[in-house]
Amino acid sequence: MTVYFTTEHEWLRLEGDEAVVGITQHAAEALGELVFVEIRPNGTVVKAGESAAVAESVKAASDIYAPVDGTLIDHNSALADNPAQVNADPEGEGWIFRLRLTTKDQLSHLMDAAAYQAFIHKA
Amino acid sequence: MNTHSLLQTPLYALHLEHGGRMVPFAGYTMPLHYATGIMEEHRHVRTQAGLFDVSHMGQVRLYARSGCIDDAARALESLVPADILSLAPGRQRYTQFTNATGGILDDLMVIRENNSLLLIVNAACKTADIAHLRAHLDSVCDIQPLETYALLALQGPKAEEVLATLAPAVREMIFMDVRTLTLNGVPCVVSRAGYTGEDGFEISVPASHAESLARILLMHQVVWFIGLGARDSLRLEGGLCLYGSDIDETTSPVEAALEWSIQKSRRTGGARAGGFLGAETILPQIKNGGDFSQITRRRVGIRPEGRAPIRHGAPLYADSTLQTQIGVITSGGFGPTLNAPVAMGYVPPSHAAIGTPLFTELRGRSIACTVSALPFVPAGFRRSR
Repeated sequence: MTVYFTTEHEWLRLEGDEAVVGITQHAAEALGELVFVEIRPNGTVVKAGESAAVAESVKAASDIYAPVDGTLIDHNSALADNPAQVNADPEGEGWIFRLRLTTKDQLSHLMDAAAYQAFIHKA
Repeated sequence: MNTHSLLQTPLYALHLEHGGRMVPFAGYTMPLHYATGIMEEHRHVRTQAGLFDVSHMGQVRLYARSGCIDDAARALESLVPADILSLAPGRQRYTQFTNATGGILDDLMVIRENNSLLLIVNAACKTADIAHLRAHLDSVCDIQPLETYALLALQGPKAEEVLATLAPAVREMIFMDVRTLTLNGVPCVVSRAGYTGEDGFEISVPASHAESLARILLMHQVVWFIGLGARDSLRLEGGLCLYGSDIDETTSPVEAALEWSIQKSRRTGGARAGGFLGAETILPQIKNGGDFSQITRRRVGIRPEGRAPIRHGAPLYADSTLQTQIGVITSGGFGPTLNAPVAMGYVPPSHAAIGTPLFTELRGRSIACTVSALPFVPAGFRRSR
């Protein structure tokens, strides 16, 4: 199981030519308890770095970006009733959306777990 | 903003000790929230008790140079539309500093003490407020900013039982009462008021004793430290204005639906009608049997459908085609007590009746909203003994 991380604090778990995407524990803690998550509809074609979802906390709205180019093919429907599931288990049950990758070439631009840990401790 | 230039309150070290996430606010470094986060802090204040550090706010005492406090009260009435002269010692009132065009320079509390008036003003406005007071009242009043005092707010349904352990007399106070009480060995000005919509107290305490008082209050298990994030969501559910968002130099007190704070004595036909800056604009705006024919907008409560928070600056429309904007959201967010988004904004008086449908736009979509009564959460004030 290969998990990649972005500088915008998303994680991406590769599953064949698809990927599950969510926000990191670090991001979930920084945002605080989420009250609403809006995910773009299935079938939406997104470019790397383009907003694919919005997470709303009491205080603010934050974009969740597509880590790589792809097509949205599924989203975590449990978040509609319980957006705080993202805070409870951000890197598991609190996943946000599933993406079919356009290409795997962009994965090399992302960080592995160790590099991400180094990134957030430097920031 | 350069964090080195930010001011600290006397509780700065205590905020860090409690894990406060510090952010710049009105020139100070203030806690946005602590470890548990805004939602939990908000719910705690609604059900238990929360301690807020609001020492960034301005505290200014006015003394009459004549020695007669009524002279200071009369003078202050030239700057605010509230009845200050009849305010009894040991009582306080909410009012606004108005400007010549009928707008609001700041909103404030005025406390009537035995021999002085104590004004509590917003942090971001305090320098301008003091200059405004000096420019207009200097000949009548000695104007003394309290530079060495902190301000704490203890809010929530358990606030009384906690504060009563230090001063049992707080049980005898009702909403908007003010007393000088000895807390932890130090005289403090205690008012039964706040900015959350809950019962509670605000405590003006010498800065040198603020941390020890806060520590004693925080020793009570029901008392949590609460940051500015929950302060904002609590006051929004309480339907209370935030200066700079819901009211400013362009909004009149009547547009802002604050005419309840203009007593009869200061209105047209009253004993001391007008006589404050902008009175000729503001007083005719007050609804007098008929419609609000003198205003073009009115502050209202707004409930958006669904769960998405609608925030400050979002446009308001009369219909779902979103063709013609009729108003704007001035405060908006998620109301943890209602578990739903809540907002306030300005609409034409024709669209201000409770139940009126409105629409806003969020990320390209139309969101239906309804004009709703304020406050969103019933006030928990102790209005009688």
